[in-house]
Amino acid sequence: MDIALRNMVKKQLLWISLAAISMFFASMLSAFIVEKADVGNWKEFILPNYFVFSTGVIILSSLVLFFIKPQLKKDKSIFSLVFTVLILGIIFSYLQIKGWQQLTNQGIYLTGVGSNISGSFLYILTLTHLLHLVGGLVGLCISAIKSKQNLYSINNYLGLELTAIYWHFLTVLWVILFAFLKFY
Amino acid sequence: MSEHHKENFITKYIFSMDHKMIAKQFLLTGMFMAVVGMLMSAIFRVQLANPGETSILYNLLPSTWLNDAGGLNPDKYLALVTMHGTILVFWVLTAGLSGTFANFLIPLQIGARDMASGFLNMLSYWFFFIATVVLLSSLFVESGPASGGWTIYPPLSALPQAIPGSGTGMTLWLISITLFVVGSLLGGLNYIVTILNLRTIGMTMQRLPLTVWALLITAILGVLSFPVLLSCGLLLVFDRSFGTSFYLSDIIINGEVLHNEGGSPILFEHLFWFLGHPEVYIILLPALGIVSEVISVNSRKPIFGYKAMVGALLLIAFLSFIVWGHHMFMTGMNPFLGSVFTFTTLLIAIPSAVKVFNYLATLWRGNIRFTPAMLFAIGTVSAFITGGLTGIILGDSALDINVHDTYFVVGHFHIVMGLSAIYGMFAGVYHWFPKMYGRMMNKNLGYIHFWGTFICAYGVFFPMHFLGLAGLPRRYYSNSAFPMFDGLSDINSLITFFALAGAIVQAIFLFNFFYSIFKGTKASQNPWKSNTLEWTTPVERIHGNWPGELPVVKRWAYDYSKPGAEEDFILQTEPLKDGEIEH
Repeated sequence: MDIALRNMVKKQLLWISLAAISMFFASMLSAFIVEKADVGNWKEFILPNYFVFSTGVIILSSLVLFFIKPQLKKDKSIFSLVFTVLILGIIFSYLQIKGWQQLTNQGIYLTGVGSNISGSFLYILTLTHLLHLVGGLVGLCISAIKSKQNLYSINNYLGLELTAIYWHFLTVLWVILFAFLKFY
Repeated sequence: MSEHHKENFITKYIFSMDHKMIAKQFLLTGMFMAVVGMLMSAIFRVQLANPGETSILYNLLPSTWLNDAGGLNPDKYLALVTMHGTILVFWVLTAGLSGTFANFLIPLQIGARDMASGFLNMLSYWFFFIATVVLLSSLFVESGPASGGWTIYPPLSALPQAIPGSGTGMTLWLISITLFVVGSLLGGLNYIVTILNLRTIGMTMQRLPLTVWALLITAILGVLSFPVLLSCGLLLVFDRSFGTSFYLSDIIINGEVLHNEGGSPILFEHLFWFLGHPEVYIILLPALGIVSEVISVNSRKPIFGYKAMVGALLLIAFLSFIVWGHHMFMTGMNPFLGSVFTFTTLLIAIPSAVKVFNYLATLWRGNIRFTPAMLFAIGTVSAFITGGLTGIILGDSALDINVHDTYFVVGHFHIVMGLSAIYGMFAGVYHWFPKMYGRMMNKNLGYIHFWGTFICAYGVFFPMHFLGLAGLPRRYYSNSAFPMFDGLSDINSLITFFALAGAIVQAIFLFNFFYSIFKGTKASQNPWKSNTLEWTTPVERIHGNWPGELPVVKRWAYDYSKPGAEEDFILQTEPLKDGEIEH
């Protein structure tokens, strides 16, 4: 298999995986809709402010990724950009955890006697998104190390490109989840 | 990878990355699980024929599964039914069928050296293998395996204290099925990208054999529906282990009032059947793909309506995503919604009828060779028709309600899904055995196997429709407590007789299979005089499939008995003659 074909295969594998992940979250959201419509004791609550901040952070991280290709074209180091995205990803994760802390302070729990199914859904949706994001952080770590070693060039940066696609997907997914939780 | 390379025992037979070996691994594991599942069904059929009595078959079970009189315990009867369903649906007819033939046929029929990722392919099998070990280990836990039915509906599956089978056995079931889904997704991803990218020169999508089309669409179905089962299972794990209430509400168990509030077991059904119905076609479509190939080859005729066959596969796949509600007519569904699901369900009859018509039209006036593979292929069409007809009844909410959870349903799905798919699988094994092992299976044993299986299978499942119409409920340990069913006990005994006879007949197949691997007549390169690319590979199987350059495709896969041709088949690699029009 030549390199161009191999790269295309890998990209397709990623895109199809993203379709599978989308189905996972789509089913979660449809479960949310069904339960909200059915359940009499559905508890409404205010979404933590931290989630607003985390939304801004993850969008910013995706925007930073867009600067990488032009840098590669100029044959300049991209380490600082990749590292910035990695740091923003870590900040996003921290803000998510702070958001959960804010929720528990409001009396919204994942489980237990005082929990409500609405809160449980919120925790599960954000938790599963965060678990997927951990995969992205691992990819960014590897990309950061490789970019520090100047292993990427405009003709050879597939690993980084795949990580970037996955990261953009996680950003879009989070924005959808956030909008859904905020406005539905 | 382009050339054959030396392999040691470990890399060739165990952690192999050769698609052909992985296919055989799937096949052998699937066959082993089929034997396990079949023995389970033999045991619970014996219980139904002779409720509470002992049997020699019970010696296969741990003594703790039996009561003092040597009869089968009711909770273990439910465990056997649950495990039988799980094993047959997922392990045999999903992984055993799709895993075997997708792995074996995709690279060979599209002209590729191997799958796009041999490593992912290997992982796919090993996830499946570990899932198998975990599932079987649940047979040996004190409280027994999962026993709430293969559909694992909550609350039985969500509350570990509900019944014995809700405990460790259920936990192992969930771990096992998660591993299974991961393996299936890895396999499915690989199948799709391989078909889209690695087709050899000239192998356009319009020239793909229908087996490959069916396997491609099956893989897409799996990739889109299995994640839904994962999310469904994740919520269940949270309910079981962490005290959430997604599927639970207002439960009192053993006098204890549980805190769970607001959840709904119906939500589980929605999520489960969103996978569950596409799963029917994940099982069925590969069988239909195999049948298309086998019928065309052995009728010595082009498949009738190639484009319509592809269109029907696509339409069935699409419709399978919007019919799940027909499994839930009894859940208090809004009657209007029920009618919508009835409508979408009955729509599936259209592409199904197209396929059946095209199979019959392919057979019509063909120069038919009744090989064992051909008999099983025709058997698939037969079961698809018989089971499909009762599907029309069950797809209609007004009719379904009357026979819901009776043996009518058991008879229906065993014929339309179980028999169709297993016949397709047998057809595939008989047809491609020479390519898998370089030897032929014994034809006469194949005929005995087919007729024995065909007669016994109908002997088992056809009478079940009458039991169901008489109101006999499924999943009951014994029906002797209900005088209204006394008159049905003879039919139950008859079904058990055929079930046991059918199980014995499978021993003939197993003997034929393993004997032929070592002692069968050596196969020629193209024993069925078939057109597709796999028959251009050498009899000695090599990693990389073709020793030199990859074949170049010049025509479609179904040029049989073409007027003006010297023989009644033309390999896909044969160039078109001057003035010859491609089909």
